[in-house]
Amino acid sequence: MAEAVESPGDPGTTTPRPLFAGLSDISISQDIPVEGEITIPVRSRVREFDSSTLNESVQNTIMRDLKAVGKKFMHVLYPRKSNTLLRDWDLWGPLILCVTLALMLQRGSVDSEKDGGPQFAEVFVIVWFGAVTITLNSKLLGGNISFFQSLCVLGYCILPLTMAMLVCRLVLLAEPGPVNFMVRLFVVIIMFAWSIVASTAFLADSQPPNRKALAVYPVFLFYFVISWMILTFTPQ
Amino acid sequence: MATVDDLQFEEFGDTTTSLAADPDATTISIEDPGETPKHKPGPLRGLGREEDDELLGNDDSDKTELLAGQKKSSPFWTFEYYQTFFDVDTHQVFDRIKGSLLPIPGKNFVRLYIRSNPDLYGPFWICATLVFAIAISGNLSNFLIHLGEKTYHYVPEFRKVSIAATIIYAYAWLVPLALWGFLVWRNSKVMNIVSYSFLEIVCVYGYSLFIYIPTAILWIIPQKAVRWVLVMIALAISGSVLAMTFWPAVREDNRRIALATIVTIVLLHMLLSVGCLVRSRSDALLVCFRCHAKTSNCQTPWFFKSWLPGINIVLNRLCWMRNNSHENLVVISEFT
Repeated sequence: MAEAVESPGDPGTTTPRPLFAGLSDISISQDIPVEGEITIPVRSRVREFDSSTLNESVQNTIMRDLKAVGKKFMHVLYPRKSNTLLRDWDLWGPLILCVTLALMLQRGSVDSEKDGGPQFAEVFVIVWFGAVTITLNSKLLGGNISFFQSLCVLGYCILPLTMAMLVCRLVLLAEPGPVNFMVRLFVVIIMFAWSIVASTAFLADSQPPNRKALAVYPVFLFYFVISWMILTFTPQ
Repeated sequence: MATVDDLQFEEFGDTTTSLAADPDATTISIEDPGETPKHKPGPLRGLGREEDDELLGNDDSDKTELLAGQKKSSPFWTFEYYQTFFDVDTHQVFDRIKGSLLPIPGKNFVRLYIRSNPDLYGPFWICATLVFAIAISGNLSNFLIHLGEKTYHYVPEFRKVSIAATIIYAYAWLVPLALWGFLVWRNSKVMNIVSYSFLEIVCVYGYSLFIYIPTAILWIIPQKAVRWVLVMIALAISGSVLAMTFWPAVREDNRRIALATIVTIVLLHMLLSVGCLVRSRSDALLVCFRCHAKTSNCQTPWFFKSWLPGINIVLNRLCWMRNNSHENLVVISEFT
């Protein structure tokens, strides 16, 4: 590595010299080679921007993303105070959950168009526009969470309700009756509470302390509406 | 090294004593009536308000308008501009909701609770909650009415949500717009002491709709008498909040115009409450009213002349209809 000969003034000396005054005194003698190799020490964890991910197999790529999504599902199911969901946000999980929920909630036939349950597009729109509205609300109240992080958290916390939908679908295969309804009601209430707890665990810290309730209430309303749609689902 | 004496704070004393020492010194006094209520929560708030409520109604309007203008300093295309509309804390929102539930004569909702800090959080989320409360309670009441009938197939009526949302949000935004325009027009003709900004009117309307949320939830009870009593109570409370808010803004005006304004406000509110809360009987009620208007040759607007008799007729028909399980079309043929 070449070294430049320079003589800046000592900062601690008595006379204050103007900055960079010594630069004009720099001289590089000709016999010192000013060439070399600049290498960045390679870190042990390969980053995504590293070009080696281009050469990996498709299975590796897909499995990496799926593992990330699965890890976040685990975080939702066992909510603890961690910011994995916030730090490495992605919208794959919310998309999968939303599509699953909308597919299961849509009414089957086009005959009953007059009044009935929501269509696929309606569920989709409710989930995504609801999440966007809640995110805007929390940002307007002064929260310091980014737009997509909040969408990610709200989308992932639909997982308990999607599981409730699956259970309700299975329960509805049995004969209808008040017992049937009670079981479904119980399951939906438990999963609703779980969703609220999970999303509050992630979102509450990003709000100013005197506005936490204002930011959490729309989340409550959002999951309540989704739970209502799940509970009142009747197969054709 | 500074000595201990240098670190002592120097007491300048009260302004009065300083002025006595040097009468010619210039003094600056800064009063900020819009800000003091925010920094004194709790019991002090109530005391302060009772005292100067009379004064505020008369000569504070231009000061608060000036302060309201100073707040929105960012240009409207930045995010910070819209953040100023959400500058409320949890306890402030609760206080405003409490104020809308307990209208006390003589206390102006805007002056007491809003105080040139109108927020859009309350109106927006109260309207959203109300939309879903109406849809869910309408659904549930239909379900409970038909409980036990084997042939009844339960449908979650999802279309009602979008219709209810359109009606309620239109009411919560367009009526304040019209009212604000009207008040600005009257202000140009007659010098009113009290004037409200558009956002304050939206705020009042939004918070006054809060009483309809528990009303919609209690609407599940299938007794008609209970339902109409609930509607009357809700209408009385929210109508009185609105009337007491807007009375100081129009009382300087011509007597008849002032009264007409207040009556119109209450009437629109009544239309909203009846229109939304009787949706559980589906379109039968509205269809009946329209048919009644078409068939009777009223010269005056139909709802003034035939409101009460119309309700009686419709209620009788609805009971008969339910017992006989006829379609809604039968009601139309009854009137034509």
